[in-house]
Amino acid sequence: MDPARKRTTRLVVALTAAVLLAGALVYTSFSASSEARTPSELLSSAEPGKAYQLTGKVVNGSIRHDGATTLFRVRDRSGDTSVPVSYTGTVPDPFRDGREVIVTVHQRQGTFVGERDSLITKCPSKYSDKPQAQ
Amino acid sequence: MATLGRACLILALGVCVFGVGAGIAAWRLHRRDLAASARRAVYSAAALLTIAMGVLEAAFLRNDFSFDTVASHSSTTTPLFYKAAAVWSSQEGSLLLWVWLLALWSSAVLFLTRKRMRDVTPIATAVLAGFATFFAALLVFAVSPFDVSIAPTDGSGLNPLLRHPSMMIHPPMLYSGYTLFTVPFAFAVGALVAGRVDAEWITATRRFALAAWLFLGIGIVLGARWSYAELGWGGYWAWDPVENASLLPWLTGTAFIHSIMIQEKRGMLKVWNVSLILGTGILAILGTFLVRSGILESIHAFGASTLGIPFVALIITLIAGSIALVVWRLDLLRSEHRLDSLLSREALFLFNNLAFVGLAFVIFFGTFFPLMTEALGNERSVGPPWFNRITVPLALALVGLAGLAPLIAWRRATAANLRRSVARPAAVGVTVTLVLAVTGVATDSLTALAMFGLAAFLIAGVAQEFWRGTRARRATSGEAPPLALVSLVRRNRRRYGGYTVHVGMALLFVGVAASSAFQHARDVRLRPGQTANVGGYQVRYDRPTGAIETRDDRIEKIVLGADLTVTKGDTTHHLSPSRGYYPQNAPFAPVSAMFDGEATSEVRMVAGLRRDFWSAVQPDIEANLLPAAKRYDAALREGIDNGQLKTTTTQVLAFRELLARLTQGYAKSNAAANFRIISSPLVAWIWIGGIVVFLGGLIAIWPAPGDAGRRRAGARYAARVAKELGRGERDDAQPPRDRAAAPVGL
Amino acid sequence: MGSATTRSRRAIVPPRRWVSEVDALVALIVVALLAAVVLFIAAPLRRGVAEEAEADEVGRRAELEAEKEAKYREIRDAELDHRTAKLSDEDWRAIDRQLRVEAVEILRAIDALGAPDR
Repeated sequence: MDPARKRTTRLVVALTAAVLLAGALVYTSFSASSEARTPSELLSSAEPGKAYQLTGKVVNGSIRHDGATTLFRVRDRSGDTSVPVSYTGTVPDPFRDGREVIVTVHQRQGTFVGERDSLITKCPSKYSDKPQAQ
Repeated sequence: MATLGRACLILALGVCVFGVGAGIAAWRLHRRDLAASARRAVYSAAALLTIAMGVLEAAFLRNDFSFDTVASHSSTTTPLFYKAAAVWSSQEGSLLLWVWLLALWSSAVLFLTRKRMRDVTPIATAVLAGFATFFAALLVFAVSPFDVSIAPTDGSGLNPLLRHPSMMIHPPMLYSGYTLFTVPFAFAVGALVAGRVDAEWITATRRFALAAWLFLGIGIVLGARWSYAELGWGGYWAWDPVENASLLPWLTGTAFIHSIMIQEKRGMLKVWNVSLILGTGILAILGTFLVRSGILESIHAFGASTLGIPFVALIITLIAGSIALVVWRLDLLRSEHRLDSLLSREALFLFNNLAFVGLAFVIFFGTFFPLMTEALGNERSVGPPWFNRITVPLALALVGLAGLAPLIAWRRATAANLRRSVARPAAVGVTVTLVLAVTGVATDSLTALAMFGLAAFLIAGVAQEFWRGTRARRATSGEAPPLALVSLVRRNRRRYGGYTVHVGMALLFVGVAASSAFQHARDVRLRPGQTANVGGYQVRYDRPTGAIETRDDRIEKIVLGADLTVTKGDTTHHLSPSRGYYPQNAPFAPVSAMFDGEATSEVRMVAGLRRDFWSAVQPDIEANLLPAAKRYDAALREGIDNGQLKTTTTQVLAFRELLARLTQGYAKSNAAANFRIISSPLVAWIWIGGIVVFLGGLIAIWPAPGDAGRRRAGARYAARVAKELGRGERDDAQPPRDRAAAPVGL
Repeated sequence: MGSATTRSRRAIVPPRRWVSEVDALVALIVVALLAAVVLFIAAPLRRGVAEEAEADEVGRRAELEAEKEAKYREIRDAELDHRTAKLSDEDWRAIDRQLRVEAVEILRAIDALGAPDR
């Protein structure tokens, strides 16, 4: 084979491999990903068993404990619509009333069950420009 | 003093703008005096920013709460050590740290190259000054660390989560890494603009790329260590967007420090190398930006930020400019040589580069997946399981390649030689795999088993390299083995430093594989006297504890903890994890309000080479403690209302008394607490591996020794090449210094 | 801690004269800094314009020197590879010979540029 044709073949093979890999990447990421939802979106359309990434704020005074399970409600960032969440396991240190949280949940019998270790609490005072009024 | 700081920032901005203009003019007009002036502008910026940094640091140390940033990130009760580190816990302070480090490193590289590459440095100076201009402008116009207002009596304190020794070093390390990567970036731009794309700019900035890689790596490991030891979570890596953002330039940077060796040696891969370093520089800026923008959901986010638009503009400019430059100089960037053989170290480096860039690409893809899908209409995100599934095969491939590469010769290897080099390390790898599989130690996880085998192969290969090199050195010099080893490494720092880094990475990956595959973690709720079983360990909750910690007669925190007894077989350990409740700064408040502020887990563990036993506690304060606190509040209010507690002193005393009673009551109570208990094997090797990587990096980065023997050997060598030239008289003449430094054999 | 507290208290209610003195001092320092920076940066410009005539030749020499360094390193690496039994005798001899030829070419090119002007 002459060098030019060899190079073309190599390029075609490499490109094909790259396209295949990219396709696999996109496919796996879509199938493994969860949709981000706010509480009100979740209320209007949630299929049982499907994983959603719930983002919102912890409703003041809603945190209860039941053994190692924490029960709380998450509301829209601006709005009052809220959904109940039950989360088993240790909650992050900054977790408390009014904090912004992200948690991966599945719907189960009217409540949303959080996946273990999926709860992230944003810490507003950590780097904020202004001191937090409590 | 704030005025002085602000003035220094404005002056720094001014000299940086001048530096950009003078640098470009020096390149256009070929004027050395302008280039020198631009360089001095960068030195001046470094000096001015040092003063600004000093002013801010001094304000923190003297508790000058008239500085807004001091008032909101420090307090009189903050320990001195953390006062010094609190400077970079704010948006504006960390930006100042960034630009200060940038100016320092830029000055260092410009000083070192002041007499070299006269056509490249003016543009590099302009680019470095341009970065400094951008960040100085942010500090002057957007977020000033020198805003002042009437001082409050005390500040609101440093977030307790950040009170960990590694927080003092983690940000400066990361930022040093980020800013150091702008140095090779700037020189790549300079080389492209000047049309000087040979290996010289690489030789001049190689150490900076290596230092950037090293600092960034240390920063990442320190961040992981902080997460593991400080957060009540027990993990060291969460695929958080900001973590990923710091990993991206590190990965492309690693690819770069490998592939530049090929360009230095063979004049190949020029397009690839400039693209890699341009990409790495942009990723470093992107990493800086991600922390500040809040565009991705991350625990690291700096609140709501206004810096998004300038950063996006900068990044778009950088990307467009980089692509344009590479396309413009494409004809100059053609390779001088071709790959001799697929069976060579060069070829392995190519695969290694593909794996690193592929890894960076998939992590980039996963990190920005929410943004991309949001653009398509429906925001989605991928979690740690996705990242693990995608990155594990690439990590395995990388460890395998890193094990193989030292055993194969540059240019061309013959199958027979390769077999001879690979045989023993491969035997070690296979033996380790088999032993682990047969004894059933690691059969639960095939990936972990594969990682152990590959790591054993790598370490055995490096050991063989050191052994054979020492033997060869002994054969020529007759030195004793330890001395021969030392001089072998001294004379081939890059090679053996690199091998050491490989060993460190292998150890680190062994720690990661073992701790993620064979970890036992449990969240349990226990009452005093109850026992739980975690991975064969009996954990008994002996008793709750309670204490008030004061500093300078102020309540710093209330500590509620647990005494645990951990037994396995004959060994017994006592652990006392706790949770600290940091009240808002107020000498007198409702008792219940003491638990409203920040709270952090105080993790306790028994760390060992074989296994870490890790524990954290979250006391259930809602059941008994908070109701009791509310009763005390009522009593206190009553006392004030009916005149029993008239003076502030008596009020404070009564308050302290009640608080003490509350914590003592908790310590005597039968209150349940939630525990997270983790038994994790070989975690310590992650940190040990990190240290080995650091040492290897230092070996590789350290300048070659200028000892007399070496110079003599160099001269002898120069004579040899000269003799072949038929110009024996050459070594009578004073040889140029760099030729004299040319190294010889071993 | 005592001195720190007094200092911060002074910052809260600063005596009038003290403030103006400090302001004057800061203004003085800033002006001095400005002057120092301008002098420092302008110094090379005042030294007169030195046109870089032989820029191309200097660049070419530096390029060759870098190439030579790399070539020497490559020869050394090949030797070490040979000594650690990664290269067979024949392979090493072939590579070494070729590398030396390339090194000689680079040296010749450097000599062709004439004596360095430094």
